[in-house]
Amino acid sequence: MIIANNVSKNFGSLTALNNFSVNCNKGECIALIGPNGSGKTTFIKTILGMVVCDSGFITVNGFNIKNDWQYRSNIGYMPQTGRYPENMTIGQVLEMMQDIRGKKNSNELDEDLINQFEIKSILHKRMRTLSGGTRQKISAALAFLFNPDLLILDEPTAGLDPLSSEILKEKIIEEKKKGKLILITSHILSELDDLVTQVIYMQDGCLCFHKTIEQLKEDTGQTKLAKAIAQVMLNK
Amino acid sequence: MKKVIKYVIIDILRNKIMLAYTAFLLVLSFSIFSLEDNSAKGLLGLLNIILIIVPLVSIVFSTIYVYNSSEFIELLVSQPLKRKTIWMSLFTGLTSSMVLAFIVGVGIPILIYQSDITGMMMMVIGILLSVIFVAIAMLAAVKTRDKAKGIGIAVLLWLYFSLLFDGFVLFLVFQFSDYPVEKLMVAVSMLNPLDLARIMILLKMDISALMGYTGAVFKDFFGTGMGLTLSFSVLVCWTIIPIWFSIRKFKTKDL
Repeated sequence: MIIANNVSKNFGSLTALNNFSVNCNKGECIALIGPNGSGKTTFIKTILGMVVCDSGFITVNGFNIKNDWQYRSNIGYMPQTGRYPENMTIGQVLEMMQDIRGKKNSNELDEDLINQFEIKSILHKRMRTLSGGTRQKISAALAFLFNPDLLILDEPTAGLDPLSSEILKEKIIEEKKKGKLILITSHILSELDDLVTQVIYMQDGCLCFHKTIEQLKEDTGQTKLAKAIAQVMLNK
Repeated sequence: MKKVIKYVIIDILRNKIMLAYTAFLLVLSFSIFSLEDNSAKGLLGLLNIILIIVPLVSIVFSTIYVYNSSEFIELLVSQPLKRKTIWMSLFTGLTSSMVLAFIVGVGIPILIYQSDITGMMMMVIGILLSVIFVAIAMLAAVKTRDKAKGIGIAVLLWLYFSLLFDGFVLFLVFQFSDYPVEKLMVAVSMLNPLDLARIMILLKMDISALMGYTGAVFKDFFGTGMGLTLSFSVLVCWTIIPIWFSIRKFKTKDL
């Protein structure tokens, strides 16, 4: 579903992505792991077209993202820090996104998270008054709202309270069962254990390995993802 | 595209500054017209104010607005929308609110006091100037990442077009006063939309005699239908070129 081929991106003298190639298929739930500044978010933003890569190409569903923009209607994106127009209310933002996506009737929409996070009761609040956690909830609700085939979640549970992050995890598992491709970055490896099927490990903008979780555990001789990754990092 | 424009315009209209700008122009125009007993004189007074205030407000407000909507732009870029659509919507939203403010603030008084061809010309030129300076502002805003720097550049550009350029032209004229530079002056005036606008209106008012021999050359050129068409096309170019460059830059900008 996503094919990245030799993608490179430099920010000035800093190399964020260095000949990065990866292949992700439908039905997989992939954890994007790596130290801070290893290019995880840059890769995600490149898929979304928010960052334009210097060389290489990415295709999503067979469309080259350079020439096509409609592929984004199949993507639900939850950013690391959700930035929204400050003087709009939550209700207005939700309405605007539905308007832009052109999906108005509620049977096409997946409002599970909106209901479970009880967003309907705070629709009148302005975005600038929201706490970081509430923003995360809005981002999550928006990512799942349009029933996309591809979900990209950048540190989804950072800043969420335990109850909400549990709700979100349940939702991710539910969507995974529907055969969607889910891409997650997170530093909290323990919570990825029961979610992901594959691991992509990045370092300094390069791909270190792309393995299934069983393979990784077998190779490192560990039973937990957190320990397996710790061992990988130590061996580097 | 219509949907995005709608949200941009709603957002701008919610901004009190636009209302204040309209009210300010309205009060200014009415007071100038009622101060002068001859409304043609009033128009001349209004011209000088339009040439200063309209570009300043257009360029500064637009630059700040583009920077302040960085969240909005970021949100839209990750949605199924073309980057060009997003940028053009922002441009259309900004220009339509600027033009609306100008039409209400200056257009209505002109229609009441001086609704002849000169008045109409002034309205058209005021509208074009609003659009041109929004386009220049968007180019300045897309080129620089830093907000303070971007606004600084916008103000400097305004200063350049309204003051420094004239100083530069005067310097040239004095340096080369021994040569026949009048024809060259016509060409040089094309390099500044504000100068072009000023000359076009002054000539329409039939006070070119005040400008001496240069005025006569200007009259020869701008007075003809051909010259008028050319100068309007130059003003249109002043919108298209900055906005074209800004789209090109925005398409490859990292957010």
